[in-house]
Amino acid sequence: MEMTEVLAQINEIAKDVFDDENIVLAENTTANDVEDWDSITHVQLLFSVEKQFGIKFTSSEIAKFKNIGEIIACILAK
Amino acid sequence: MKTINQLIKNLKKENDLLPRINFSVLGDFSTQFLVKAIKGYAFEYGYNFEIYEADYDQVDLQVFNSESELYSKQSEFVLLAESYLKIQKLFYKSPLSERHNFATDYVNRIANLHQNINDAIAPKAVMIFNIIEEDDGVFGNFGNKVSSSFLYQIRKINFLLMDLAIQNPSLHIVDVKKIHQRLGDKQSFSYNTYISTDILFSLDITPIIAKNVCDISTTLLGKFKKCLILDLDNTMWGGVIGDDGLKGIEIGSLGIGKAFTNFQKWAKELKNRGIILAVCSKNFEDVAKTPFERHPDMILKLEDISVFVANWNNKADNIKYIQSILNIGFDSMVFLDDNKFERELVKSNIPNLEVPELPEDPAEYINYLKGLNLFETASYSQNDLKRTLQYQEESKRKNEEMKFSNQDDFLKSLNMEAKIEPFNDFNLPRIAQLIQRSNQFNVRTIRYSEQELSELAKSENHICFSVSLKDVYGDTGLISVIILKKSEDNLFIDTWVMSCRVLKRGVEGFIANYIINLAKKIDGIKQVEAEVIPTAKNHLVKDLYLDLNFEKKDDIWILKMEDSGELKCFIKTIGE
Repeated sequence: MEMTEVLAQINEIAKDVFDDENIVLAENTTANDVEDWDSITHVQLLFSVEKQFGIKFTSSEIAKFKNIGEIIACILAK
Repeated sequence: MKTINQLIKNLKKENDLLPRINFSVLGDFSTQFLVKAIKGYAFEYGYNFEIYEADYDQVDLQVFNSESELYSKQSEFVLLAESYLKIQKLFYKSPLSERHNFATDYVNRIANLHQNINDAIAPKAVMIFNIIEEDDGVFGNFGNKVSSSFLYQIRKINFLLMDLAIQNPSLHIVDVKKIHQRLGDKQSFSYNTYISTDILFSLDITPIIAKNVCDISTTLLGKFKKCLILDLDNTMWGGVIGDDGLKGIEIGSLGIGKAFTNFQKWAKELKNRGIILAVCSKNFEDVAKTPFERHPDMILKLEDISVFVANWNNKADNIKYIQSILNIGFDSMVFLDDNKFERELVKSNIPNLEVPELPEDPAEYINYLKGLNLFETASYSQNDLKRTLQYQEESKRKNEEMKFSNQDDFLKSLNMEAKIEPFNDFNLPRIAQLIQRSNQFNVRTIRYSEQELSELAKSENHICFSVSLKDVYGDTGLISVIILKKSEDNLFIDTWVMSCRVLKRGVEGFIANYIINLAKKIDGIKQVEAEVIPTAKNHLVKDLYLDLNFEKKDDIWILKMEDSGELKCFIKTIGE
């Protein structure tokens, strides 16, 4: 799968989780850039991403994610 | 079933107009998602749950401190969410020599928690999670033979918890073990997020647990299913009776008949528990009834069905007809049909009706339906067994009524006899049930719990009694509950609920006469006072007191003793 395609799918998930149709994510987007991105929605986002791509992140991967790009890289590596 | 994302979106929706219920959650893991999911599901059920979430792992601290926040909230429901991980931790800490007593000690602790909460705020329910039977594998299968093994002790806890709940009407168990069993470990837990967040349950299982918590609470608030309406062809048996004939339909050993046999057995068990069964089928009536009368493998017989409707009208109209006979709300009925078109048609016409999808394969019907937990109940009494018979007697009465031109003559012909009894250990479960179930004939809709009722029965300021009725067609059993509150010079009708099965038979007049005579016997009582608190469903009692000659002053209905006369009534009192 291409990076852009993964990003597009995560963007759709983010619209659902943050309940915001206008949200636009980029690789360098971090939690600070999205108003409703807190510890709760973070868990929700990762859970929804895992479901969508049929993968499981390890606990240490989850602890290290800094931005959307790192999540995408992790998905592509699985 | 709703997803966590859908439930959390519900939290942003307007809920000011919904009934507000105070709710507390105490947990030994991070309960943020659970709390959001419960609130989200409550919204789906038409309630605004105002939830107090205690800080992480503060169960004992909150419960054993009389000045804790828990007790300042006056919650109607308290959920103690303790996880098997906590129990495992406690178990490993306990000395080897004490482990055979572990379950008993744990359940004593729960009993103590429940007792404290109950004494402090007497909520409608204290809910606890039972234990996910996650063995630690230390003994292997042999753990079943060692009373001090973790496996043995957690299984014993679950059993003892059920016993404790039987002894304590206000203690309810959320069967998390059952939910986990359906979903499996992989979907139930997110071990990866647990490490960093202490959120134990996955976001897959959280909404299901929340739904079950809401099922229990809203059932106690009076919302639950009373009737199952069944389609016939390809729902009750395989094939089409009109085309395939008696020998061609699949039931019993023919084709996939076993699946339908099992489904019918399940429906019969529901009927035995007190769920009313009705049939709604597009068929000629005589053809539709043939399997019930003549097929040797049919589990359900005509006497199991309270209302049987088979014709070529549209199903929405037929279900409205069934509703008119049973006299219960659409929201307390479930309709099962294998045909998507029929389901959609009925759903769009009767939005309150519960119309579950059905799996394509009939072999999966029961497993699927079980998972929906459609038939939660808050009580079970002997009366439930008789319900089908009572509705059948009612349809006989309706037929008979049409033969009389004069209503009084009809009522006289019924030879009605009523029995008035105080609350006692035998009738209390049924009384509590009537208080929970009655929506239409219910003047103030105060849902007292069984425990509260037993306290009211002992109170010196209250007079509590129940009324049972029988006539030539049968015994309708305990059909009305009245709670009167004594003040200096008046008797106030705090609660009056009545089963809709006995409407239009003069029971209201009979009870009013009884209350008035009672009031006359008490020194100093000058008037009977009453109030009607309107709800979406109790239009029936809007003019009740007007018809009984009360006069309205502000929002209170008053009957002065000097103005009271005997109302017309065709019911005899027996065995008082």
